[in-house]
Amino acid sequence: MSKVRSTKKFMKLAFTPLAIFTVVLIVPFANGFYYTFTNWDGFEATKLVGFTNYVKSFQDPMFWSTLRFTALFVVVSLVAVNVVAFGLALIVTSKLKSRNILRTFFFVPNLIGGVVLGVIWQFIFNSAIVALANKYDWTLFKESWLQDTNKAFWALIIVTVWQSSGYMMIVYITGLVSIENDVLEASQIDGASPLRTLMTIKIPLMAQAFTIALFLTLRGGFMAYDVNVALTGGGPFRTTELISMHIFEDAFANGHFGTGQSKAVIMFLLVAAAALVQVTISKRYEVQR
Amino acid sequence: MTKRARLGRKITFIVGLILAFAYVFPFFLVFVNSLKLKPEILANPLSLPTHISWDNFQQALTKMNFFRSLTNSIIITVLSVSLLIVFSSMLAYYLARTKNKLSKYIFLILVTSMIVPFQALMIPFMARFAQFVSWNNRGALIFFYIGFGTALSTFLYHGFISTIPTEIDEAASIDGASDMVAFWRIIFPMMRPITATVAIINALWIWNDFLLPRLVLTNETQTLPLSTYLFYGQYSIEYGQAMAGLVLAVIPIVIFYLVLQRQFISGISQGAVK
Repeated sequence: MSKVRSTKKFMKLAFTPLAIFTVVLIVPFANGFYYTFTNWDGFEATKLVGFTNYVKSFQDPMFWSTLRFTALFVVVSLVAVNVVAFGLALIVTSKLKSRNILRTFFFVPNLIGGVVLGVIWQFIFNSAIVALANKYDWTLFKESWLQDTNKAFWALIIVTVWQSSGYMMIVYITGLVSIENDVLEASQIDGASPLRTLMTIKIPLMAQAFTIALFLTLRGGFMAYDVNVALTGGGPFRTTELISMHIFEDAFANGHFGTGQSKAVIMFLLVAAAALVQVTISKRYEVQR
Repeated sequence: MTKRARLGRKITFIVGLILAFAYVFPFFLVFVNSLKLKPEILANPLSLPTHISWDNFQQALTKMNFFRSLTNSIIITVLSVSLLIVFSSMLAYYLARTKNKLSKYIFLILVTSMIVPFQALMIPFMARFAQFVSWNNRGALIFFYIGFGTALSTFLYHGFISTIPTEIDEAASIDGASDMVAFWRIIFPMMRPITATVAIINALWIWNDFLLPRLVLTNETQTLPLSTYLFYGQYSIEYGQAMAGLVLAVIPIVIFYLVLQRQFISGISQGAVK
C-alpha cells in the first residue's frame, strides 16, 4: 500500500475517534499528573512545588480514615458480591424450570443506576424498617442503620451486593456454560459427587470468569460513588465517605484542587496496583484448554 | 432421577425463590407506598393501600420535570451511543486491518486506558472544559461520552473484526470499492451481534451515569438520574411523592429490558468475557 493511501485511510477511519479520545482522556490525565507538582488552584499553575501536595494529602487525617474505609469496603464487597453472584449463577444454570425467570429477577437491580438504588434503600433503612421495628419491637432496627458508621458500612455492602451481583452472575453463567459436557459426563460416570465436580472440575475450568468478575468488582469497589452519595451521603459526620466522594468533596466543595488532584492520582495508583496484583494471581489459576 | 437429586433440586428451587423475592422486594415496597398517603406509609410500610390514589404520581411528574428529564436522557443516550458505534467500529476496523507498530501501540494505549478511573482526571477535566460546557452542556456531555467510551467499544469491535476473513476486504477492493464503502456496505453489516453488545453496554452506562452529568449539566438539561436525586433530596419528607418519583425513574429502563431481555443478557455476557 502506498504511503499516501495509508495516511488517507488513517485520516478517514481512525483520526476522529483518536482525537476525541486524546482530548477527553489523555490530555486531562497528563495535565492532572503534572498539576499535582505545582501550585495549581483550578485556574493557573505558576510554580513547581515538588511533593508538597502529596505531603499535605497524607497529613489529612480525613484522607487516612477514607482510605481505611475504602480498603475495607473494597475487600468486603469483593468477597460478598462474588460469593452471592456465583451462588446465583449455580442456581440459574441448574435444571430448574424456573431458571430463566429467576435470572430476570436477579438481574433487574443492575439495570438501575446507583443513585436511584441508593435512595430506594435510604427510604428502606431510614423509614420503612424503622417504622416496622417500632411496630413489632425489633431492637436492632429501631434506630436507622444510616445513623451509625458501622451499620452504615453494612448498609453500603448490602446495596452494593444487591446492585452488582446480577451482573457478575452473568459473567459466571458464561463461564459455567462454556465447560464441555463430555468432561462433566466423564466425572459423573466416575462417580464424583456434585460438590466434588464443582470444586475440582467446574471452578478450575472456569477460572477465567473469576479473573474477570474479581477485576470488575475490585475496580467497581474503588470507584463506587453513586450508591455512596445517595445512600449515606458520607454521613454520619463524613465517616462513610469512600475515596471517590472524598476527592469530589475536597476539590469541588472545599476548593482544594491541589490536594484533591493528588488524592485522585493516589487513587489511580491504588486501583492500578490492586488490579495488577489480582490479575497476575488469578491468571495463575487459569487452565489452558 | 434419584431421590437425592430430586431433593437437591427442590432445595435449589426454594433458595432461588427466596432470593428472587429478596431481589425484587425493594421495588415492590416502593411501588406499594407510591400509591399511599403519608400517614398510611408511616403506620405500616408493608400494608397494601386502602384506596389507590394516583395523586402522588401527578405531583411527582410535575415536580421532577419528568418528561423533560426523560427527553434529555433519551437524546443524550441515543446520540452518544450512535456516535460511539460509528467511530469505534471504524477505529477498530482500522486497527485490526493495519498491521504495523503504530496501530499496535494505539491499541495497547486504548486497552490500558480502561483502568483509569474517571475520578483520576475529573478535576483538571472540569477546569479544561469549563468553556465548552458553558457553551453547550449537552453537546459537551455527548462529546465526553465518545471520548470515555471509545476504548471499550473499540476493544469489543476489534475482537470481532479479527474473526472476519481479510479475503472479504480484498474482494471488495478488487471490485473497486473504496475503504469507506467496503467498511459500511460489507463489514459493518456483518458485525450486527457485536454492535448490539456495544449498544447495550454503553446505553446502560450512559443512561444511569450520575457523576459526569452532575458536573456538566444544568437544571434545564438534567437527565433522569439527576432529577430523581434532586427531587428525592427535596421531597423525601413527602414519602408518597418521593416513592412515585422513584417508580417513574425505574419504569423506562425496566420496560426496555423486558422487551430486549435476550439481547441484554447475551450482550452483557459477551461484553464481560472478552
